Parts: sequence; C-alpha cells; structure tokens
Amino acid sequence: MRLTRRSTLVLCGGAAAVAGLGFGSASASALADEIERFTGGATVATGLVSLTAPEIAENGNTVPIRIAAPGASAVAVFAEGNPLLRVATFRFGALNPAGVASTRIRLAKTQNVIAIAEMADGTFRQASTFVKVTVGGCGG
Amino acid sequence: MISRRDFLQIGMAASSLVGAGGFGNWSRLAAQQRLTQDHLLQFEAFGNVTLIHVTDIHAQMVPIYYREPSVNIGVGANRGLVPHVTGADFRKLYGIADGSHSHYALSSDDFTALARAYGKVGGLDRVATVVNAIRADRPDAILLDGGDTWHGSYTCHQTAGQDMVNVMNALKPDAMTFHWEFTLGSARVTELVSGLPYAALAQNVFDAEWDEPSNLFQPYRMFERGGAQIAVIGQAFPYTPIANPAWMFPEYAFGLRLERMQQLVDEVRAAGADCVVLLSHNGFDVDRKMAGEVSGLDVILSGHTHDALPEPVLVGQTLILASGSNGKFVARVDLDIRDGRMMGYLTRLIPILSDVIAPDAAMTALIDSQRAPYMAQMREVVGEAGSLLFRRGSFNGSWDDLICDALLSWHDAEIALSPGVRWGPSLLPGQQITREDIWNVTAMSYGATYRTEMTGETLSALLEDVADNIFNPDPYYQQGGDMVRTGGLSYRIDLSQPPGQRITDMTLLASGERIDPARSYAVAGWASVSEGVDGPPIWDVVERHIREQGTVVVPPRDHVRVIGR
Amino acid sequence: MATGVKPRVKVPKTATVGEVITVKTLISHKMESGLRKDEVDAIIPRSIINRFVAEFNGQLVIEVAMEPGISSNPYFQFESVVPEAGTFRFTWYDDDGSIYETSKEITIAS
Repeated sequence: MRLTRRSTLVLCGGAAAVAGLGFGSASASALADEIERFTGGATVATGLVSLTAPEIAENGNTVPIRIAAPGASAVAVFAEGNPLLRVATFRFGALNPAGVASTRIRLAKTQNVIAIAEMADGTFRQASTFVKVTVGGCGG
Repeated sequence: MISRRDFLQIGMAASSLVGAGGFGNWSRLAAQQRLTQDHLLQFEAFGNVTLIHVTDIHAQMVPIYYREPSVNIGVGANRGLVPHVTGADFRKLYGIADGSHSHYALSSDDFTALARAYGKVGGLDRVATVVNAIRADRPDAILLDGGDTWHGSYTCHQTAGQDMVNVMNALKPDAMTFHWEFTLGSARVTELVSGLPYAALAQNVFDAEWDEPSNLFQPYRMFERGGAQIAVIGQAFPYTPIANPAWMFPEYAFGLRLERMQQLVDEVRAAGADCVVLLSHNGFDVDRKMAGEVSGLDVILSGHTHDALPEPVLVGQTLILASGSNGKFVARVDLDIRDGRMMGYLTRLIPILSDVIAPDAAMTALIDSQRAPYMAQMREVVGEAGSLLFRRGSFNGSWDDLICDALLSWHDAEIALSPGVRWGPSLLPGQQITREDIWNVTAMSYGATYRTEMTGETLSALLEDVADNIFNPDPYYQQGGDMVRTGGLSYRIDLSQPPGQRITDMTLLASGERIDPARSYAVAGWASVSEGVDGPPIWDVVERHIREQGTVVVPPRDHVRVIGR
Repeated sequence: MATGVKPRVKVPKTATVGEVITVKTLISHKMESGLRKDEVDAIIPRSIINRFVAEFNGQLVIEVAMEPGISSNPYFQFESVVPEAGTFRFTWYDDDGSIYETSKEITIAS
C-alpha cells in the first residue's frame, strides 16, 4: 500500500508506511531473474529447509525471520514485494551444520518471503512464508 | 481421557427460567421477580479447585450499563459459532427465557426496557462481594485477571492506572496478564508491574532487542490447591504493537509464540502440574484455534474480545470460558483435578446486577477515595442522551456515530474515522451525559484527533486493510477489534471476498457521489498509532459537540451494507 | 565513516566439548537503504553494513552478505558447535570501508 507522508496519520492501527525502504517494487519476472542469479537456473525443490516469520509483522521495518537449512552451504533470502528483492545471503561454515540463523528484515508490504538453500551436493531447496504488513486494526 | 459423562455443567440456562413470561412489559415482569443475591451466587461447590476469572474491566469501578452487540460477525470456520451468535438466536441456543435477567445480561435486544427494569451492571464493590462469597465457599480460590484493567476511565487516565492498581490489589488477585496496560508507556508499566503483589504473567512478551523473554513478566505460576498443582500460563495480547502505538513500548515484542506455549505446557507438566490453565488475552477465535494446536491445556480463560458466554466451549478436552467485560461478569470455574488430570468441571458466569448484589463496604470506600479528587470534574453534566448510546457491533454503534459526527463538525471534514474498540459503557435514553461518560468511551493515552487529506484510493486501501484484520478467515490474522467506524461515508462490504476486494461502493454521504480514487478528501480521526499527532483530544471534541446539541439523538444508521455473511 | 557504530554480542562463557550454542549479535547502524528520498525529493545515498562474518578459532561459523533489506541495527542469531576452548571473532564491513570488530572467549566446562 502506498501512503503519502501526510496520510500516514491514520486511525488507531494506522502505522506509518515502512520508512526504511522508500517506494517502488520489482516485477514478477525480476524475481525469477534474481533467483536464477543464485541458482544458475537449477531446479528448486521444496522440503529440508524451513523459513519462519510472524503471521503479522509488528513493524514492517524490522520483521524477524529464522532459517533452518541442515546441510546447506548457503541460503539466499528474497522478499518478493520489496523494491530490492535479495535481502541477504547466508553462508554456513562447518561449525553451523544445522544451517540455523535468524535476522530482522524490512518488508515494504504484505508479501511472501522466500529462502532458497544451496545444499552441499549442489542441489537447491526452497521454503517460503507469507507475512502480513498491516497499517490498520484496533484491538479490544 | 476425560469422558463427557464425567462432566457436570450448569450455565445460566436453569437460573434464567426465573421470571419467564410474556414478551414486552419488562418492568412489570422484573417487579414480579424475586431475584436475589443468593440466587445469583447459588452454586454447589464442585471438585477440589476453584478459579475466578475477571477480564477486560477497562477501569470501570462503578456500576454502568453495557449493551452486548446485536451484530457480531464470525468468518471462516467460526461463522455462525458462538460468540458470533446474538439476540434471539443466542437466547435460543442457551435456553434463555425472554425477559429474564440472562436475556438482559447476555443479549442485546430490548436493551433499554430491560436496563430500566434490571438496573446497572458491574461495580468493583459488587465484584468484591461476589469474590468474597466464592472465597467463603472455597477459601483458596485462584483469582485471575485477564487484563485491559488499567485503562478506560477518567480517573484511570488521570492517575496513569494507579486507581485501578489500588482497587485490584484490594481484590487480591493471584495473577494477571496484559494488553492496554502497555499504552501507559514502558516506564509506567515497569513501575506498576514491578510493584504488583501478585504474578504478572505473559509468556509472549519478549525483549525486542535480543528476542529473549522479558524479565518483567513471568511465563507461568504454579499454585498448589486442593492437593493438586495448578499451572497458570499468561498470554498477553499478541498484536499489541500493531493495534496500539508501539512507540510507547518499543522495548517489547509480542506475537502468538505458539512454540514457546507448547514448550511451557510440556515444562509445567513435567514439573508436576495436574492442571494447566491459560490466562489469555488472545481473543476468543484465536483461543479456539490455539486450543486445537497446543496440546495439554485444560482451561483457557479467554479475554480481549469481550464476549460473554454462559457456558464453556469445549475444544477437544480444553474448556474455553469467555467472561465478558467492563466488570459486568465474574466467572466461577470449579474443577475436579485428580491423578494429574481434569475429571470434571462446573462453571457459572455470574452477572453483576448492581441493584441485586450488595456492594462490599470496604471496597466502596476504597473506590470512593480514588474518585474523590476528580468528582467535580467528572460529574459535570454536558448534555442528555436522547437515544440509546452504545458501542458494540461489528460495524457501528451509536456512541461511535456520535463521535464521528463530533469529528466531522470540529475538523470541518468530509469523512471521519473512529477506531473499532469494544470497550465503553452504554447510556440509556433520558440519561444525563457527564464528562465521565464521555471519558468512559474515549479515554486513552493517545486520544489526540487529527485532520488530514487522503485520496479515495488510500481510503479504500485503509478500509481493506482494517477489514482484513477483522474478517480474515484465519483467526491468527485477526486482531479482535471491530471494523473502523466511518462518518460521512457509506460502503458495501462483501465478507466472502479475499483481502483487498471486500469493500466497494464507497460513497460520500454529503453529496451522494461515489468516492473518486484520485480525489483528495478531508478526513478527521483520532487514536492514531503514529507518534506526534497533536490535535485536540477526542474527549474535548466530543464534549463540545454534545454541548452544542444539548440532547443528543443518534438514529440507527445503515451506512454499511454487509453481504457474504 | 558512520558514527556511533557499536557492536554487541552474546556468547555463553562456557560450553562442553561439541556443544551447540546460540550466539547473538547486534550492531547499531541506520542501514540507509539508498531508496529513500529527503524533503526536497533527493535520493538519500546508500550507507549500509554489507557483510558480516563470525569465526571461531579461525574457522567459519557464518557469513552474511547483507542488502538494504536488512533492518537498521542489524541483528543475527545463529548456532555454532564448540569443538574446543577458544575465541569467537565477529567482523562487520561498512559501505564506507569501516570495519567493526569484536570477540568473545569461551572456555570448556569441566
């Protein structure tokens, strides 16, 4: 959702738009291209890798995500609704064989976040999770 | 396994038969009734453990009127299930007689007539009488406060929650969880919570910086009662930083935290808990879903959505109780806990009919002492209610219609927006409106109003976004409030549609013209969660509007057309 | 050079041989994305930390290539096996060439 600076002063639940990223978003084909830059065009299967994030972001500027990719050498994280699709690329050393890491990312709007893992044998696995970034709502 | 045969239940059904009769002349019927305190409190102690649940009091210390909703829409799997059943359907479901005190307390129609017959509800001095009576019966009953306690009145606002802390301390709860309390700001929350003589429970409140459980709260507390170990886990409102201004409590992160919930249930079981109780501020539909996903919870004492149900809802082997709001009810839950499991239960939702239940004198004195410094200000008469003023309803209520009118007038705006909160008592036609009454429906720490320009497109996106927080079929995406109220604007909402496609036919009421996505509109509102809003406070805006009107008549409005229910 | 950049880390003081521990790191940094505009509609230049490395006794634990989608005050939490007593070394690389470093010792519990 695009909110102008003025219109972010909305009702209960009217949080400001995600300030850290500015505006604009990438196209669907751009996501495919960006993923291909990581996978080299290899087939991506599901399973073996997990990505967790809250159902609803408390703040789109700082959304906690956790990846667990046992046996992965690297994991790239993409935010399909962000102006810049690639968010981070993790490389795991021998001391982190479970491929477990958490960080906090910016999400410009409600969208899917995708983690693609390059496994030790050179194959690719992916997991995705849907995160809602809301501006409205008022509880109780 | 608990067998159903072992369960003993009495809800309101039996007691509600008293006074059954013809429909219509409630005053006469009520006069014929002999409703007594003993009757309301009648309860044969059961099992070996008693829980007492109060929740969502919203700082209502003295008796008030509180009308339950006539429109309470459930979506997805919860469509048509309690608590999304209202009026005559609700009474039929529970066998509540028309005109009975249960009709008055639990449903909405004929509210004015029944309110005149049965009188006000609530008052923490009456609640004290009930709690004392239960403790006389079961001295070690566990009193649990579901939160939204330190918010919602003139005195609570002026004292930053101190009045309610003082009064609740006198009730001697054993534990509490939290939501609106956070809007007092982190510093005040720390001050009040660290001074509590009882457990502050919230397994899902975390330190935002390091993502570790907050030191200020405990996840659970174990109680030994009747030879059994009872674990009470706390769950604060998971979406507090979304529904309320996160900048007031940036140190904390919340969320559902289901994994930790399951770990804690397993942990307390391993530590010898015979019974696991969740003191929850999730809201009813979230609790119902959670009950099916977290195993090992025996009882969920549900808060946040202000629902009042005369009987527990059973999900698998988990009981869920919804105990109302605004001091209107006290729930008693007797449990038979033997050999590490719940063998049976007996519950009662006790309506606090303030003309029937005698006030506890010590508590009355304590409440009076909290209110005394503010009485002159609070009791100033501002106008008169020419029609019933109430808040609850999925889309609107007459109090909010009035608030929207006041916003439109003060800010010379085309459209007004008012948050869909569920707290705030009702006023009967003919009642004087005092300053206290206005604060009862507006008091909050971010009550500033604003006037802004918004395009039709933004307005539409905003309504869609809020609608999805209320009507998403998955309860975990719901925040438990009601739909944002609109003034000067009508629209159609189709609940069967996906997010972003529910709202159509947005129309500016002043001109009858469709909202133009490209045009800019003057929009007034209040309770923004953004920092730095500094317009006049909503209570001043509403007070001036009521003074101008003298007697305020708010006719029923139908500016929201709902389909796909 | 970015000012006020301060790394903080949490590492257990001791572990048993082969234990998997959790490490947490935070560094104060505004992570200016390069996508925002100022009041006069001019692009605010990108200024982020673009790389983070955690090593134990010279062995890689985790390395992260960071984009502007990482939140301000970057936070990482990850697991590490502790094969022996030694030193965790953490390094952050800023767009402006600055390098921020900190380290933590861990001993083996007897």
